[in-house]
Amino acid sequence: MEMITEGTPMGRAEPIIRVENLAKSYDGKTKAVDGVSFEVKEGEVFGFLGPNGAGKSTTIKMLTTLLVPSSGHAIVCGYDVHKQANDVRRSVGIVPQDYTADEDMTGLANILLCADLYGLPRSDSKPHAEELLNLVELQDAQNRKVKTYSGGMRRRLELACGLINYPRLLFLDEPTLGLDVQTRAAVWKYIRTLKEEYRMTIFLTTHYLEEADSLCDRIAIIDHGHIVKIGTPTQLKEGVGGDVIVVGVKETEPDMSEQISKVSLVREVKRTGNDYRIKTELGEEATPQIMDIIRSNGLHVTKISLTKPTLDEAYLELTGRTLREEETNRWAMMSQRVTMARARS
Amino acid sequence: MSSPNPSDTNLTRTTTVQETMPAQKASAAQRVVPRMDTSPLHGLWALTVRDLRKWYTNPYQLLISLIQPIVWLGIFGKALNFTSFISASGATVAQQQQILLSTFGTTSYFSFLSVGMLASIILFTAAFSGMSVVFDRRFGFLNKALSTPVSRGAVVVSKVLQSGIRALIQSGMVLLIAVVLGMDTSAFSVLGILGAFTLLFLMGFALSSLFVTLALRSSDWQTQMAIINLLNLPLLFASNALFPTKIMPAWLQDVVKLNPVSYAIDGARQLLLGSPGTNSLVVDFGVITIFAVVLTSVGVVMSWKLLSK
Repeated sequence: MEMITEGTPMGRAEPIIRVENLAKSYDGKTKAVDGVSFEVKEGEVFGFLGPNGAGKSTTIKMLTTLLVPSSGHAIVCGYDVHKQANDVRRSVGIVPQDYTADEDMTGLANILLCADLYGLPRSDSKPHAEELLNLVELQDAQNRKVKTYSGGMRRRLELACGLINYPRLLFLDEPTLGLDVQTRAAVWKYIRTLKEEYRMTIFLTTHYLEEADSLCDRIAIIDHGHIVKIGTPTQLKEGVGGDVIVVGVKETEPDMSEQISKVSLVREVKRTGNDYRIKTELGEEATPQIMDIIRSNGLHVTKISLTKPTLDEAYLELTGRTLREEETNRWAMMSQRVTMARARS
Repeated sequence: MSSPNPSDTNLTRTTTVQETMPAQKASAAQRVVPRMDTSPLHGLWALTVRDLRKWYTNPYQLLISLIQPIVWLGIFGKALNFTSFISASGATVAQQQQILLSTFGTTSYFSFLSVGMLASIILFTAAFSGMSVVFDRRFGFLNKALSTPVSRGAVVVSKVLQSGIRALIQSGMVLLIAVVLGMDTSAFSVLGILGAFTLLFLMGFALSSLFVTLALRSSDWQTQMAIINLLNLPLLFASNALFPTKIMPAWLQDVVKLNPVSYAIDGARQLLLGSPGTNSLVVDFGVITIFAVVLTSVGVVMSWKLLSK
């Protein structure tokens, strides 16, 4: 395991995370993560999508040095997670799945404690903590004990704690687990702010499809400890077979199938009665072209619809299952239920 | 759980990415990073204060922890009236004093027991120090601490330190209570009190290390309670806290000699009551210091192994 840090090849930026054949097994048997390899580029939001027990949290724990990998290796921010664990810890921010703040302390005191654990001088950490509390809109509650916080406030506090050490890379483990729709939207807003305004790289895990879809630049679908597929949300969805346009035409003659299939984006045209069912890439661009062809032949369009494949379908196609809550080990489920219960408090 | 409107989210994402790609704001989250303290001791005091604050901001916890020694002293200590046992045998007052002095090293059993109670509250506080590790693991705080560059050893030592400090303050209060209830203060001196509390602190430090180390891997409090019950009473009864070693059967005397609690109490009785003592003060201090250093070192070494999986 040589150290891969400096000396990046010309013209190609070194990925901020590089993982090769990373695996974790417990008691030499149960394989929680079974040889995953991937890279995360600086500045992107990278998501691990999969059901409970797929190996998401185990991977994040290995990348943040909380678990020692059984085999393979991972370079995070230029440091080996096993051999240079403290350097990794200093460079990354972590927002764990559980609520870890001390309930008997105020929000501000919690952040300052985090700062102390990073060895940041109080002269810096005090103004910085207040700045971060402003960012997550907790400035009014900063002197209240955390036990009085709502689930959403706790989640935001965890986020602020994860940012106290000026990380280049932020790990978010199930950032919106158990949150209501409104709070979830707020958390998404902060994540976007971090990416867009602070140019932070974000690695998140989730089992909510819409979360992966709306936040991530790239998604790795993980199942049974394996990465099934990596791609942008659009690529994953297109892998299912592209968009579907259904066009209704008033006239039965002439048959337009031949002409429609000449549009370069169209893959397949099926006609049933007066309706044409068209499978295509980039449905938004193909639709006006198809309309033009039909009209230029003097025909009338009676209806038109564009359906985009969802990540659900992509997930189903890749894993053969729908994404749903699954029984994993009792302890993990219980801890997750506790988190969800506290999120709603 | 399906996306409500995938094309919508797609659109927002493309536009936002285009808007913000060129600008790079250098503010709150990514400024010049101040130099971080990388010494292995950084964060130690912050972690210790966190635990201590929980304790001193909760007066009930403090009061409840004082009830047990008060019961021991006020009821057990007063009920077990050795003077009346002996006077029932018809001995003269001088003889009674002589018997008590040779048995307990003092003419007042209550004073003898008071020093035992100082050690007892330290033993009980130390036993529960492991519990706070279990709860920190349970509530995720431990994982948060471990994901920061704070040294694993500091996590363990902070638990030991907070427990040692609490134990010391509580035993100080027990001493005040004992004095109020009639402990013999004729042999008290500033140096003696300082020396006695140094011994007691070292004992608290050592025992806390033991219980914290036993709790490092545990995430359920039931097991931890079982460990506390398993070790606590034997450590108390198989020591000179309640009765002098010399009146015990020979086999028990051997056990008492192996129990480090006995050494702290023996030294503290010499320093607070002017009792003759079983061992010299040098031996008492030596044994307790070695005990503390060894157990704390074991705890720190085990933390490197047990706190990462």
